[in-house]
Amino acid sequence: MIASDAGMEFSFNRVAAMVRRYWYLLRSSWPRILDLIYWPTVQMLMWGFLQIYISQNVGFFARAGGVFIGSVLLWDILFRGQLGFSISFLEEMYARNLGNIMMSPLRPTEFLLALMIMSIVRLSIGMIPVSLLAIAFFGFNLWALGLALAAFFANLILTSWSVGIFVAGLLLRNGLGAESMAWTIMFLFLPLTCVYYPVAVLPDWLQYFAWALPPTYVFEGMRALVIDHVFRADLMAEAFAFNILLFAAASLAFLKLLQSARVQGSLLQTSE
Amino acid sequence: MAVIAGLALPAAQRHTFRRMDMQNASAIVVDRLVKRYKGVAAVDGITFRLAAGSVTGLLGGNGAGKTTTIAMIMGLVTPTSGAVTVLGVEMPRHRYRVLHRMNFESPYVDMPMRLTVRQNLSVFAQLYAVPDIDERIDRLASDLDLTEFLDRPTGKLSAGQKTRVSLAKALLNKPEVLLLDEPTASLDPDTADWVRSRLERYRAEQGTTMLLASHNMGEVERLCERVIIMKKGRIEDDGTPAHLLSRYGRATLEEVFLDVARGRQQSEAAQ
Repeated sequence: MIASDAGMEFSFNRVAAMVRRYWYLLRSSWPRILDLIYWPTVQMLMWGFLQIYISQNVGFFARAGGVFIGSVLLWDILFRGQLGFSISFLEEMYARNLGNIMMSPLRPTEFLLALMIMSIVRLSIGMIPVSLLAIAFFGFNLWALGLALAAFFANLILTSWSVGIFVAGLLLRNGLGAESMAWTIMFLFLPLTCVYYPVAVLPDWLQYFAWALPPTYVFEGMRALVIDHVFRADLMAEAFAFNILLFAAASLAFLKLLQSARVQGSLLQTSE
Repeated sequence: MAVIAGLALPAAQRHTFRRMDMQNASAIVVDRLVKRYKGVAAVDGITFRLAAGSVTGLLGGNGAGKTTTIAMIMGLVTPTSGAVTVLGVEMPRHRYRVLHRMNFESPYVDMPMRLTVRQNLSVFAQLYAVPDIDERIDRLASDLDLTEFLDRPTGKLSAGQKTRVSLAKALLNKPEVLLLDEPTASLDPDTADWVRSRLERYRAEQGTTMLLASHNMGEVERLCERVIIMKKGRIEDDGTPAHLLSRYGRATLEEVFLDVARGRQQSEAAQ
């Protein structure tokens, strides 16, 4: 027997092993890398040109240059962050490797941390070139948001991880039958978190739901910064508080779903 | 002087005691194990102990409960009732205390196809905290005739080569307990024979406890010193291959298996 104490405690070494595994996969496949870049680019270009058209005709938008591009870039952080997490998890199911992983000393917390790291890696590959293209095409410099960008990013990535963790639990419990959730669940956030319009546009009763979702605070904060040139730290703090609750709820749900998967025997059958 | 149960033992006696203890030690203890799915019993109250260093075959038709039993021993499935202990550790509750001392191989689990054999093995070696990873991979590659495939994507290999890679993964951490679920399924006879000979050699070298679920009676006869036959989630018979052959009056385990599968009693079968 090798390694007498391995597996007893949390191990960053095992997290690194899983990150290495996903990195090998990513770099072995150019369509996977291309996929990370092309859709955010298309989105950014479409909304950018639309904004140019509108701003030439409507006074408000002329003053609010960059709102749409800012919205689309932040939305992509939220959406792609969750997708990066979920796709790495799905790769294990597509490869029928989940049995090997679950039977190894890798702990669920280590597995989740590896998926979080990979979501940032995948997001960086996609978003850094797109943010540079936004400067080239529309003069919108996301990086110029500075500290505000860091606050926006931290809150959005936390939400995307929470959703990713919940979806991973659903996949463990229900197999690939729950795969569509990985691709579509975040779109529920699109109208409710008011990505492209202020919360005030929503009916009163729906605004309560919107304000219960952390990204709503980020998108409102972004509009306050771009339109009114005010950084709303209060909104970021509220978003962070809701994110902590969301992350804890998602982690608890994941553990319950994993427990249920062990009871139902679904870790053995990860197909539909 | 060692003090055991209040008695001080001299060195020679202590050595004898330790040797007896090793001989009697059970690597796997399954006690009144039950697994029900929506009221249907997949495993229905089975009990057995596997001695450390033994090789045991788990025989049974489709749906007999072999894979579920192995999954509960691995901690992948939570029993409805009963208990499983592996190397003295209760499963699945304390599985992380023992998973690094176990491993498994099954044709129903794959490794990422786009990764090379070396990449796959090195990732799992790191997960199992194997020291000197490169050296261990080279050694296993040499033992399992994988050296020329190490830098090839796993998905480009033949079924036989993939089985050898899975076996290499299962042996990476020099497991004390090795669970094998139909290790030669879908392999041609020559490759299957090759895999069996490697398993025999590995067991002789390492003294690993092996539990082998199989439909291949020849394989079980060759590798196993004990056979547990399951049917509808229960243990129908349990003994050495020689005892089972004599008990059923048959020449091969395949005939014994058919007797059990078709519900013929030992006395009937012997007539």
